[in-house]
Formats: sequence, C-alpha cells, structure tokens
Amino acid sequence: MSEEVKAPKKEKIPRQQMPEQLPEVRRRNFDEVPFGYTPELARKEAERCLQCKDPRCRQGCPVEVEIPAFIRLIKEGDFEGAIRKIWEKNALPAVCGRVCPQENQCEGLCVLGKKDQPVAIGNLERFAADYQRLHGRSILPPKAPPTGKKVAVVGSGPSGLTVAGDLILKGHEVTIFEALHAPGGVLVYGIPEFRLPKEIVFSECNYLERLGVKIELSTVIARSETVDELLARFDAVYLGVGAGLPIFLKIPGEHFIGVYSANEYLTRSNLMKAYDFPQYDTPVVRGKKVAIFGGGNVAMDSARTALRLGAEHSYIIYRRSRAELPARAAEIHHAEEEGVEFMFLSNPLRFLGNKDGFLTGVECLRMELGEPDASGRRRPVPIPGSEFQVEIDTAVIAIGAGANPLLTRSTPGLALNKRGYIVADPKTGKTMKPRVWAGGDIVTGAATVILAMGAGRQASNSIHDYLTFGW
Amino acid sequence: MFEIVERSEMAQGTIISNWLRAPKIAKKALPGQFVILRANEKGERIPLTVADTDPERGLINIIYMVVGKSTALFKTLQVGQGYMDVIGPLGQPTHLEKVGKVVCVGGGTGIAVMHPIARGLRQVGNHVITIIGARSKDLLILEDKMRAVSDELLICTDDGTYGHKGFVTDMLKKVLTENKDVGLAVCIGPVPMMKFCCLMTKEFNVKTLVSLNPIMVDGTGMCGCCRVRVGGEMKFACVDGPEFDGHAVDFDELTLRLRSYLAQEKLSYDQFKAAHGHNCACHT
Ligand SMILES: Cc1cc2nc3c(=O)[nH]c(=O)nc-3n(C[C@H](O)[C@H](O)[C@H](O)COP(=O)(O)OP(=O)(O)OC[C@H]3O[C@@H](n4cnc5c(N)ncnc54)[C@H](O)[C@@H]3O)c2cc1C
Ligand code: SF4
Ligand code: FES
Repeated sequence: MSEEVKAPKKEKIPRQQMPEQLPEVRRRNFDEVPFGYTPELARKEAERCLQCKDPRCRQGCPVEVEIPAFIRLIKEGDFEGAIRKIWEKNALPAVCGRVCPQENQCEGLCVLGKKDQPVAIGNLERFAADYQRLHGRSILPPKAPPTGKKVAVVGSGPSGLTVAGDLILKGHEVTIFEALHAPGGVLVYGIPEFRLPKEIVFSECNYLERLGVKIELSTVIARSETVDELLARFDAVYLGVGAGLPIFLKIPGEHFIGVYSANEYLTRSNLMKAYDFPQYDTPVVRGKKVAIFGGGNVAMDSARTALRLGAEHSYIIYRRSRAELPARAAEIHHAEEEGVEFMFLSNPLRFLGNKDGFLTGVECLRMELGEPDASGRRRPVPIPGSEFQVEIDTAVIAIGAGANPLLTRSTPGLALNKRGYIVADPKTGKTMKPRVWAGGDIVTGAATVILAMGAGRQASNSIHDYLTFGW
Repeated sequence: MFEIVERSEMAQGTIISNWLRAPKIAKKALPGQFVILRANEKGERIPLTVADTDPERGLINIIYMVVGKSTALFKTLQVGQGYMDVIGPLGQPTHLEKVGKVVCVGGGTGIAVMHPIARGLRQVGNHVITIIGARSKDLLILEDKMRAVSDELLICTDDGTYGHKGFVTDMLKKVLTENKDVGLAVCIGPVPMMKFCCLMTKEFNVKTLVSLNPIMVDGTGMCGCCRVRVGGEMKFACVDGPEFDGHAVDFDELTLRLRSYLAQEKLSYDQFKAAHGHNCACHT
C-alpha cells in the first residue's frame, strides 16, 4: 500500500482510459480518435486524486488552473462548477485537454506518478469542457464595465485568443486581426481534425465573439494595415503571429512535385479540406509511399494524415532514436498503433525525381548517437558509406518552423533577436516598441499551445495595467 | 462578401474582368501587388494581380483567364454577386524608378498585370515602349489601356491577324537593337514567353524584371508552396516577389512545379463542366 493513500481499505482505482476508435478503423478516417470520458468514467478517474494540500500538479501548469479544485467538482458530479473553475484561468480547456503535453506538465508532477500512473488531468479537463459544450447552459461570465480602451490583437492562435478573452472580460474593446480566412492559428491550419476537431476551435472562438470580441479575418497586418496604423486607432497592440515560416531541409530535389513543407501539407488538408477533394476545390498529392522528416507533433500529425489520405506506407524518418522523439507520448503511441513506420537514426541527403518532376525517392545516410549536444540530447553522427534509398512519392518536411519576417521586418521599432524572433520582456510581454506587446511562438520560437497561452495571460495582465495606470 | 460591380468578358469569353468593391485594398494596392480570392466556403485560394484600382469608389479590378474549375466558377459570378474572401494587397510592389527608356513586354493575361506597372514607370518619368502579344487578334486584351500608358505601343500576333506577325520576343529583339539606351525591361506573361524574353535581354545586357505566378496557398510566407529558385536560392514568390530579376530565375523549375496538380485539376474541372453544362452562367 502506498504511503499517500491513507484510507486503509480503499480499493485502488487504475487510471481510466478514454474509449477510442480502433486503430484499423481510424487510420482511414478523419474523425477524432478518443471518444472522451463518459460521466461515470470521469467521476471514477476524479476519485483517484488525493486533493493534495500543496498540489504539485498546479506548478506544472503555465496558466495555473486550480487542478485539484476542478477535479473535486467532477468527483462530486458538479460538471458545470468544474468548467467554471477551469475558465477562471483557461479560456481554451477543450483545446488544452486534447493537445497539451501533460506528461511534461501537470501530470508529470502529480504525486501519484511516483509509484503509479498520474491522475489523467488532461482527460478530465477535456471532459469538463466537452460536457459544457454539449450539455451546458452557455451562460457567459460577468464582464467589467466598459473602459473605452481599445486593443488590437494580431493573430488568432492560442496566445491571441487568450489575450482577447482576458481583456474583453476586463471591459476593454478587443479586435482580433487574422491573416487567414478562419480563426484559430495552428489549431485550425496545423493540428488535424482527428486530434482536434475544428468545430471545437470554432466554438471557442464563437464564445469570444459572444463576449464581444470582434474578429476580422483575411486581414494581413503589415500588408492590409501596418502596426503603426493600428497604433493610431488602438490604445495597445498585441502581436501573437506565431512562428509560421517553414524550414526546408536545404538538400537537392526539394522542388520535386510531392515535396511539401508540413505547413503546406497540413494547411491543404486541414484548413482547405483537401482530404475531401473534389468536394472541396483544393487538391493535395495522395501519396502511396509517404516519408515524413522530423520527430515532433507536427511530424506525427503529418504521418497520420498521410495514412488517412490513403498511404500504404507512412514513414517517419528521424535523425535520432525513439527516446529523443520530441512529440507528445500519446501521439507517438497513436502513430505506432496506426501503423506509421519509424526509421530512426536516418538523415536525408537528397530527393530523387523522374524527368516529369515527380518525386520518386530519397537517399538517406545512417547515423549513430555520439556525445550529448547543447540540448542535452545525444548528437547524431553520420556513419560514412551507409547511404541507402527509400522509394517514396510524397515527402513532408517537419523539421521545425522559423520566425515569419512579414510583419516583424515591416514594423519599425521592434527589436528582433538574431533568429528573427521578437524581443519581449518574459514577465510582461512588452516589446521595445511603446504600446506593443508580443507573445507565443513569435517570441519563444515554435513551442506549445499552453506556453503561448501563458505568454498571452502575462501580456494581458500587463496591457490591463497599462490601460489602467499608464506605461 | 466582396461584391462585383462591373463585369466584362474579353478574348472571346476566355478572359474575364471584374471590378470588385474592396475599399481598403483599393486604397493600399500598388503596382505589382496581388490579392488572393476565394469564391465560397469550399473554394481554393487563387492569387490574381490587382490590374487596376479606383480608390475613390473603393474598387479594385481583377482580370483572369478561365483555365480550370476555380476560374470557371469565378466566371459564373455576376454583377451583384461576389467573392467570399479577398485578401490583400499581397507581395512586394514594383520598385518604380526613373531609368530613362523602358521596354514593357506583355503576353496573354500578363498584359493585365503589366498595365499598372507600365503606368507607374511612365508616371515617374520613363519613356515607355510597350510590346503586347496574343495568339491572334481576337485574343488580344487591353490594347487601348496600354496605348494610354505607353509612349510607343507595338502589337504582335502569332498568326499575323493583327499588328506584326510573330512572337513578342522577335519584336523585343528589334526594339533592343534599335534602342541601345533601354535601361530596363519588364516581361510578364506565360512562363515560356518570360523565359525567352529573358534570354534575349541577357544578350543585350538589359536588366529585366519578371512577375511569377507559382501555385500559392496562404500568400503570407507560411507554407512554402510558392517557392521558386532565384539565383540558386529558394525564394517565396508571395512575400519576396512576385517580381524577380528575370536573369536569375529558374524558369524550368517553375514550369515543373506549375504542373503539380494537372491530374487533379482536370478531374475537378471535368466534374464542374459536367455539372454546369457548357458556358452556363448559373450559380451554385
Ligand atoms: C501540426 C502542429 C501540431 C502541433 N501540436 C501541438 C500539440 O499537440 N500540443 C501543443 O501544445 N502544441 C502543438 N503545436 C504547437 C502549437 O500549436 C503552437 O505552439 C501554438 O499554436 C502557438 O500559438 P501562437 O498563438 O503563438 O501562434 P499560432 O497558433 O501560430 O497563430 C498565429 C496566427 O497569427 C496569424 N498571423 C500571422 N501573421 C499575421 C499577420 N501579419 N497579420 C494577421 N495575422 C497573422 C496566423 O495566420 C495564425 O493564425 C503544434 C504545432 C503544429 C504546427
Ligand atoms: S498532484 Fe495529482 S493527486 Fe495531487 S492534487 Fe494534483 S492531480 Fe490530484
Ligand atoms: S503561398 Fe504559402 S508561402 Fe507563399
């Protein structure tokens, strides 16, 4: 019997799994993989929580959700109370419950995890949000009286949405400007439907609109209007434009037909719904043998999308070994179950194509792990003479994103670091340009939804202070 | 919705001109820039050059050739109807500077792209010689508009039904031979035309601008679909272009990449034609 569990006879409840679509079925459809907890399963899982006095889990949450408090409400069957508790700190729980890397955050710190499996905090958060969306009374939280101050938010990704949600409740007028034709940032163009249904993202955005946030779509700040023009119309401007610059491998043959950046592959499939071509007008190459380069969430999403688009083989070609894969544990697990084939310790050298310009293969080199590098992970070193070729007709490059220079370069007064990201105070999000704040991937480099939201939270506090007391 | 307020057909109905109500874009757009349009919820994002603007009335002009499903769908849109999204202005505007004598070469719908650029180049004080061409007389567009912004206008048709018989490249050679003082050439049209114009201007050592039309998705530098090779480097046409130094562009690679979806495009267009019949103007 573990020390933490005091009640002597209490039967130990195992961590509750969410029911999900079978791998053989789901690998060919775009429906969401897990079905989510039933109320019974949720209450059972909630019972596992020890209600720690000094909860470790909360320290791992960048927006400081009152984790044990909402779990207790679920246990008691007060699902509406649970979601209200979460909303106090997190405006996008249905999203976070699905995509946060809980194993490195709240769940990674949960005391139960020392001897057993941690409480499934993410699944419970997701349950509370879904229950409210499907059965809730959709009452809006109270709003502070109007202050007459106006804030422009550039970008509708998780960081921009957080800033908008916070400031509208504090009585300010908020307008979001989004370059694409749908709001949500990576949540809508990057993360696939089977992992985060778009209906959920739209419902979260719709919630903000009901609170009074204006969303102007198809507006590219820097082109449609500049940041300085926004500053003339608004009291404060928040830049949450994301990383949004695809990085290519810079190897020969990247122009062949069938070679995509992950951004393009996923945007075509998700935002433009190319998986439903020709019902939708945007096409995508439906490869039979697809190779994805990279090992993060973006790579897993691309590999699983390829299967759903009809691939017979979907390979992940990664320079390091399985232990170094940066993706969420759940994504790696799901990818393996669905039949994604991993080629570890392999590095692409060049793409091969036919005379009509279509991709036919890739040549790679085998690697072995050497000394640890700056990131603490063992550096892959090439094994001379170990070249090998893989026959493929589609390649998706998912080795990371950089800072998109479109807005930053055309905004005088913003300080950028040498990689092109905006320099902002880590506590407040203030940039070097007066009345301009920034946060999310455009400050940190490609990171996570919850870190982008955490940055949005800090900036919204700072913006509110400025609007109330001055710079 | 971005409403169509004026609509006309040119080149025997193969090229369509729309004036749209888009006041913010009308105020901002400069020569060389483009917009991305989407007809409806299921539509593709299609880039088209801003061919003209009327900032006072808040209108922009787009001119496109019907080449596939999306442009065929655009063609069905009548005055009073419109596009769901129009995003822009996008891309770098043309760098307009006085160099003295300029030759502007436009082919097909490239003439529409050329018009604001030629006008801009003339406004800053250049002597503008314009060469426009089409396969035959019926397919030539914007003759009057181009005449109004040029000091000299030369017309070519492949079949000799109008103006000089022959390709614009032949005429370009003649102009460059006769005018040793040409400081800049701007060539816009089908890829092969631009490629051969650039080979020609290279012989005469005349700096040349071209405007590229790769396939695009977002138009903000996010996806890399529009990548082109210029001077051996990867550039994104939507943000670094669409204009580039014609002598550095890898036209063969561009030609290849433009064929990425030929099979899918055909499928989509055939289905559309089957559903809409020939030349039907009904709206779904
Ligand atoms: C495929 C994929 C899967 C991922 N999976 C996970 C995951 O499972 N868990 C996780 O935590 N994180 C994941 N991430 C990372 C996470 O999505 C990002 O860290 C997060 O979205 C960053 O939020 P953001 O608000 O900074 O920017 P973004 O979400 O990138 O949003 C920026 C928005 O700004 C808009 N914009 C850009 N420039 C302009 C402009 N000039 N004018 C107007 N609008 C502009 C963009 O169109 C975009 O909509 C994933 C990322 C990708 C690409
Ligand atoms: S650390 Fe684990 S057991 Fe303790 S409160 Fe948080 S979720 Fe419950
Ligand atoms: S169209 Fe996506 S980067 Fe240019």
